Amino acid sequence: MANKDFPLIFERSKPGRTSYSLPELDVPEVDLDAELDVAYIRQEAPDLPEVSELELMRHYTGLSNRNYGVDSGFYPLGSCTMKYNPKINEDVARLDGFSHIHPHQDAKSVQGALEMLYDLQTALREITGMHEVSLQPAAGAQGEWTALMMIRAFHEANGDFERTKVIVPDSAHGTNPASAAVAGFDAVTVKSNDRGLVDLEDLKRVVGKDTAALMLTNPNTLGLFETEIMEMAAVVHGAGGKLYYDGANLNAIMGYTRPGDMGFDAVHLNLHKTFTGPHGGGGPGSGPVGVSKELEPYLPKPILVKANDGYKFEYDRPNSIGRVKPYYGNFGINLRAYTYIRTMGAEGLKKVSEFAVLNANYMMRKLEKEYELPYNQHCKHEFVLSGKKQKKLGVRTLDVAKRLLDYGYHPPTIYFPLNVEEALMVEPTETESKETLDGFIETMLTIAEETKNNPELVQEAPHNTIVKRMDETTAARKPILRYNKAD
Amino acid sequence: MEFRYLPMTNEDKQDMLDTIGIPSTDALFSDIPEKIRFQGDLNLKKPANEQQLMKELSSMANKNANLKQYSSFLGAGVYDHFIPSVVDHVISRSEFYTAYTPYQPEISQGELQAIFEFQTMISELTGMPVANSSMYDGGTSLAEAVNLSAAQTKKKKILVSKAIHPESRAVIETYAKGPNLEIVEIDHQNGLTDLDQLERELDENTASVVIQYPNFFGQIEPLQQVKDLMDQQKKAMFIVSSNPLALGYLTPPGEFGADIVVGDTQVFGIPAQFGGPHCGYFATTKKLMRKTPGRLVGQTTDEDGVRGFVLTLQAREQHIRRDKATSNICSNQALNALASSVAMTSIGKHGLKKMAALNMQKARYAKQKLEEAGFTVFTKGAFFNELVVTLHKSVSEINEQLLDQGIIGGYDLAFAYPELKGHMLVAVTEIRTKEEIDAFVKELGDING
Repeated sequence: MANKDFPLIFERSKPGRTSYSLPELDVPEVDLDAELDVAYIRQEAPDLPEVSELELMRHYTGLSNRNYGVDSGFYPLGSCTMKYNPKINEDVARLDGFSHIHPHQDAKSVQGALEMLYDLQTALREITGMHEVSLQPAAGAQGEWTALMMIRAFHEANGDFERTKVIVPDSAHGTNPASAAVAGFDAVTVKSNDRGLVDLEDLKRVVGKDTAALMLTNPNTLGLFETEIMEMAAVVHGAGGKLYYDGANLNAIMGYTRPGDMGFDAVHLNLHKTFTGPHGGGGPGSGPVGVSKELEPYLPKPILVKANDGYKFEYDRPNSIGRVKPYYGNFGINLRAYTYIRTMGAEGLKKVSEFAVLNANYMMRKLEKEYELPYNQHCKHEFVLSGKKQKKLGVRTLDVAKRLLDYGYHPPTIYFPLNVEEALMVEPTETESKETLDGFIETMLTIAEETKNNPELVQEAPHNTIVKRMDETTAARKPILRYNKAD
Repeated sequence: MEFRYLPMTNEDKQDMLDTIGIPSTDALFSDIPEKIRFQGDLNLKKPANEQQLMKELSSMANKNANLKQYSSFLGAGVYDHFIPSVVDHVISRSEFYTAYTPYQPEISQGELQAIFEFQTMISELTGMPVANSSMYDGGTSLAEAVNLSAAQTKKKKILVSKAIHPESRAVIETYAKGPNLEIVEIDHQNGLTDLDQLERELDENTASVVIQYPNFFGQIEPLQQVKDLMDQQKKAMFIVSSNPLALGYLTPPGEFGADIVVGDTQVFGIPAQFGGPHCGYFATTKKLMRKTPGRLVGQTTDEDGVRGFVLTLQAREQHIRRDKATSNICSNQALNALASSVAMTSIGKHGLKKMAALNMQKARYAKQKLEEAGFTVFTKGAFFNELVVTLHKSVSEINEQLLDQGIIGGYDLAFAYPELKGHMLVAVTEIRTKEEIDAFVKELGDING
C-alpha cells in the first residue's frame, strides 16, 4: 500500500460516467415540472460521484484494504467483545424471506419472521433469567435509556416523583451517565474500593429516597465480578430503587450466573457483542431489554405475543413507555444473534464464557510481568493493565497502542476505565487460539523491552502503517467535515 | 460436542491452567456467590449443525411473503427500491463489516474515508453544510433533533405535524419525556399540514417546528410558507424530515432555511429487512455543528502531511462528556451508511434525478389508472411516489385478498388516522412495472367492488 493520499470518490469522478442500471420508463411520460411549483423543483443536482462500475469497485476495495477487522487479525478491544463473526449468519440474513420483508405487512404473511423473533426472545429470557424481553432498542445505549425510562415510568406510576437520581459507578461506560441524563435523571457517582469493586459503604452513603436506580455492569469494566452484588441489591431495593444491568460484559458469565438471579430488575444486551452481531465498522447493533415481572407493563410497545392463531404484535399496552424506535428493532441483527444461539446451544454458550475467561486470565498472568496489574485477582473475560511503569520511562499507553499497529494488531481499549491511570483494557474473546494469544503476549513483552532500550521507537510509532499519527487538534479546531471542490 | 468457533484444544487448556496455577476453569468463577450460581443447563434448543440450521432457517424464511416474489405497493417509510449488485459485494468485505468504530485512524482510514464521503453526499442531498456519520434510523434521528432544539433554544414546546410518520411521532413522544417537552400535534388538512393551526400555536415558547417533506401521505409540504410563518418567531428551529431520494428532484430543505434535516437512507441500497437495521442521517448548520449527536469524521493530515481522516469534535460525545454529552448514542449504523454510499455512488449525480423522476412518473401513472377505474384519489396536490386512495371496504380486508393474488397492498391509514378509515397509502417505486400497476388497479377494483 502506497503511503500517499488515497483519492476521494469525488476526485475519481468525471462528468458523463455512470454505473447505474435503472428500470425503464414503461408508462406514458407526463410533464412533472408542470404540476410542481417551480420553487420546489431542484435547480442544481447534488454533486454525487460519476464513476464507472469498475472504478466504484476499485475505490471501495481500496478503502477496505485500508481497514482492519476481526477477519484481518487479533482485535482485543476491551469492552467491545470483538469475537469472530460467523459466516452462516451473513448468509441467513440475506435470505429473501428475511431481508425483503416489509414491517407493515400483515402479521399472517410474516409468521416465519415472528416465530424467529419469539424464539430469540425466549432464548434471551432464559440466558438472562428475566421475565420478559423486548427486541425493539437499536443498540446498547438505546437499551440503557429504554430500561431507565421504564424504571422512571414504574416510579411515577407509584406516585413516586422524587426519585431523580441514578447511581453510576466511577468505572462505568460513558453511555451510562449519558443515558441517565437523556432519561431526565441526574447521574450520581459511586466510588470503587481498593479491590476495584463498588464500595458498598459509599453506595450506602449515596443511596436514598431520591434513588431511581443503580446502573451496574457485572463483571464490571475492570473485568472483575462484583462479589457483593447481593448486598448491593439489598441496599438499593431497600431504599426503593431499582437495579439495572448493563449487558456489555455478558460474554463472561453465560451459563454461570444470570442477571435475573443476581437481583437485577432490568437489563440490556448488546447482540453485536456477545451474540456476534457483527460490529459493522461502528454499527448497526441491537440492544434488547429484559425486565422483571414488576416492570413488564412498561416495556416499549408493541410487544410480540404468541396467540392461538399465530404470532402477532400487541399494541394495547396502557402502561408502556411507548415506542423507542420505528418498527420492531434491528431485525437483521437479531436474526444473526438467533443463528448464533442456535449454533451454540446451552453447552456452547457456557463454553464461550469459560474460554473467554480462561483466555483473559492466561494473558493477564503473562503480561503482569512487565505491565502493572492494579487489581491482582482472577478476572473475567477482560482485564485492565496500567502503563504506569512505562510512563516513568517516557512512553505513554497511547505509544504502546500505536506500536502494536506496527506489529499488525488492533490495540486494546486505552484510557478506559477512567479509574485506572494509563489504562490498557484487553479482551481477547473465546474465538482466539492459544497461538494468537501467545503472539500478542510476546509482542507486548517486546514493546516493554523497547520502552526500556529504545523508547523513541515506541514514542514515534507507528512506523509501518499507511498513514502516521494524525493531527487531531487541527481536525477539531478547524473542522473539515465534507469534501469541497474548491479545496 | 465440537464447536467450530472455539479453537482451544485440551492440551492448550491444560497449558493455560498451569500458567495461571489453577486446577480447572471453575476456579475462575469461584468468586460468584454460591447463591446466584446458575445450576444445571440453560434451557435452549439443541445446537444445530450448519447444514441443518440453514435448512431450518430457510424454511422459516419461506413462511414469509417476500418483496421479491410479490409485487408490493407498500411504502409508508420503508421502500422497495432497486439495489445495485455492487452494494452487497462491498459491504460483504470483512475488513468493513468485522471492524468496529474507527478509534485507531492509522488502520481505519478505509472506514473513516467512507464515512467522510457519506457525510459529503448527505450534505449535498440536503443542502446543509454539516452531516454526521449516521443515526439508528430516521425516527430516532428526528427525536434527537427535537431534543437538540429544546436544549439549544431552552424552550419546551414542539410543534409536530400530524403528516409526519406516525411511528416517528411515537418515538418523539417517548424521547420527549426525558426533558419533559410539550409536544403539540398540528393536524393535517387533506393530507397537508394545517398552516393556520401551526400559525396559531407558534409562539415565543416554541423550540421547533417539525415537518416531513414529502410528508407521510406522499405530499410535498410548502416549506417556504412554513419558513415564512416562522419568521415571527426567529428563535424557533425548523426541523425537516426528508426522504433523501425525493431530494434528487425536489429543492433541498437547506434552501428553505432548515436548521436540522433528518431522514433515513434505507432508500439507497438497504433492504427492508422487516424494519431494521436501516440508517438515519442527521444534517445541520455550522452553528449547530458542535451540538450534533453521534460520530463526526473530519479531514486532517498525518505527521508527514498525508491527507487522512479522524473521528473529531468528540468533546460532544458520551465517552468524554458522560452526563453532559449531547446524546447517549454510541454505536451507529456505519455498515448501512456504507451501503447507502455505495448505492448513491452507483446511482450517481444523474442517475439520482432519473430515479426520483421514475418514481414520480410511475406513481402518476398509478393515480391516473385508479381514477380511470373509478376510484376516488384522496391526494390532491403535488406528491412524490405515494398517494392515498379511498376505498369502500377496510384496507386490511382488501390486503388479505390482494395477497392471494400475489400483491402486497398499501398501508392501512386507519391504523394511525381513525379519520382515514378505508384509505390506503399506495407506494409506487421505480421497480413496479406497468403490468404490475395495471394488475394492482384491476384487482383492487374487483375486490373493492
